[in-house]
Amino acid sequence: MNLEKVVFGFFIVLAATLNFGFFIGDIAVPDHHNEYELFAAVVVNLIATVLKFGDRTQIGAVQLATSLVADLQLIAAAMVWGLAVHVWPEGYTTRHVASVVSLSGGAVFANVVSVIILIVETVMLRR
Amino acid sequence: MTSTIFIVLRRMRAPLIVIVAIYAISVLGLTLIPGIDADGRPTPALSFFDAFYFVSYTATTIGFGEIPVAFSYGQRMWVVFCIYLTVVGWTYAIVTVLNLMREEAFQQARSMRSFARRVRRMVDPFFLVAGYGETGQLLCRALDHLRIAFVVIDIEQERVDEIEVQDFARDVPALKADAANPEVLLMAGLRHPRCLGVIAITTNDSANLAVAMAVRLLNDRIPVLCGVQSEEVAANMASFGTDYIINPFEKFAEYLSLAVRSPGSYQLLEWLTGIPGSELKPQAEPPKGLWVVAGFGRFGSAVVKELDHCGMGLTIIDPEYQLVQSHLCLRGLGTDAVTLREAGIERAVGIVAASDDDVNNLSIAVTANELNPDLFVVLRRNRESNRILFEAFHADLEMVPAEILAHECLAVLTTPLLSRFLQMVKLQDDAWADALVERLKQCAGTLVPATWTVELDARAAPAIHWHLSRRELSLACLMRDPSNREQRLDCHPLLLVRMGGEILLPEPGTHIESRDRILFAGTPEATSKQALLLSNRNAADYVLTGREFSGAWIWEWIRRHRRQTE
Repeated sequence: MNLEKVVFGFFIVLAATLNFGFFIGDIAVPDHHNEYELFAAVVVNLIATVLKFGDRTQIGAVQLATSLVADLQLIAAAMVWGLAVHVWPEGYTTRHVASVVSLSGGAVFANVVSVIILIVETVMLRR
Repeated sequence: MTSTIFIVLRRMRAPLIVIVAIYAISVLGLTLIPGIDADGRPTPALSFFDAFYFVSYTATTIGFGEIPVAFSYGQRMWVVFCIYLTVVGWTYAIVTVLNLMREEAFQQARSMRSFARRVRRMVDPFFLVAGYGETGQLLCRALDHLRIAFVVIDIEQERVDEIEVQDFARDVPALKADAANPEVLLMAGLRHPRCLGVIAITTNDSANLAVAMAVRLLNDRIPVLCGVQSEEVAANMASFGTDYIINPFEKFAEYLSLAVRSPGSYQLLEWLTGIPGSELKPQAEPPKGLWVVAGFGRFGSAVVKELDHCGMGLTIIDPEYQLVQSHLCLRGLGTDAVTLREAGIERAVGIVAASDDDVNNLSIAVTANELNPDLFVVLRRNRESNRILFEAFHADLEMVPAEILAHECLAVLTTPLLSRFLQMVKLQDDAWADALVERLKQCAGTLVPATWTVELDARAAPAIHWHLSRRELSLACLMRDPSNREQRLDCHPLLLVRMGGEILLPEPGTHIESRDRILFAGTPEATSKQALLLSNRNAADYVLTGREFSGAWIWEWIRRHRRQTE
């Protein structure tokens, strides 16, 4: 067993699960989507991205790409949330909740791809 | 792909994760700890955005105190903790980056990248020089003088650094790397379409061999030129068709015997392989008679072989006693008077100090000179740093392996016909050579003449090639000044090579044909004037017909029209 692989797999899966946890629920109901979960998803996604840095292989490159997509989506979601709460006059309405959640939904997709690649790589190496 | 980026990313993983984690912890803490208002009532904690904003300016030590509400004690305690934590995180990241920058592997990767990029962008034809030792430095200076581009690889960083300090006219890409590594050669432009040839002149024979092999297999199209010191390696190189193999010791021994047999030919040879533009040194003529050779190593044995060939009497002195047939052999260094007397120094006409130790060589020469002041002294100099000592001694002939190698390389590379010509020179007699030297002196004066090859094909000489297909031309046409056709250019044809034959010293009246190759010697100005004549239609028309053409089509047409009406 390789500790590095454990950490790597842990962060990728955790990024996906946290992201999914935030995403699930009624899209327009703020109570179904806890902002702490979004925060955790952003942080774990960033760490997962950094862990993928510096891998020269083809699979490593695709992994990094999916991670960057997820980061982009989640940071966009966080920004919408911040703007809605602090800047826009109408406040955190159902419309904004829906857009935050749908952005994080895109990130879920990217994270699922990432997990699939992880599984494929593992299976390939197993022989 | 770009390996430096990968190195940076890989190394920055740990510090970046630390920073992300520290930010996350700090922000999270601030969003959990309740605040307090002016009346002492608890207020909700900071929102995520406020917390991130606060941590951002605190962590970067900007300390922008903009949050309007004063913190509660709980918040303050947490912020104290955060401040120290973030400082540690940033310091760690910065120190890692700085260390990375200073690391040799990283710098090597970076210099390799910039080297490869510079080589890829080479526009002019260039030579790949492997080895920037004494020979390499001499050769590179000469190539620079001739305005030929080159790329350098050397295994020592100091020598590579020296290139940056050198005042070369061109930008010279240089890399510290092992030339024996084929990947390095590829990076240095082995397969670059503009690469003219590879010169392997490292001090290591096996590295030169590896370069020769790599060139043969990876790019058969370009010539490779190797310096070599041992006979076995030379034979090995020859076995797979290395184009030019130069052994400085054998070369010098050959020259020495040529100088003994035919001083005129030797003088001519020295002239034509010298570095163009340098002052000519009058050469002393080595006498015939008994020679003493001190040092029977690679150089000594080559000299003995060649002098023996010329029928000279020989005495050999060497620290390790070796029996060489039909010669008197003595054990010793040759630095003391006793051994030298025993070797018959009083009767001898010349001495060759051929050991690989410069100080010993000087000592041999000085002692021998005291015993017999009329001796002809041949001195081997191994190190450039000893030049001053050797100059002070004034040997009749100085043998410097690095210089011989550099001169030979230069002659072979810049004018391929020259080596062919030099082979022919060795077969001619002394009077022939003396006559040629006199004629060359008339055109080039006391400077080493430039030698160049003219190819009469459509690409290298379009103007002359055009005329050749329409009329008969003689060699004299190529030797007229394009600014005044009555004037002769300061150049002299040495050799004309045509399909199936060659003419040594062709007369000016010689008929020339398309695709002839002609070797000229003369002044550098003559080279450039002749180049104009070869490539510029107007210049060629003027020289060949005596009429000035403007070149524009309309004037040509009017002139032709007028001629018809007349």
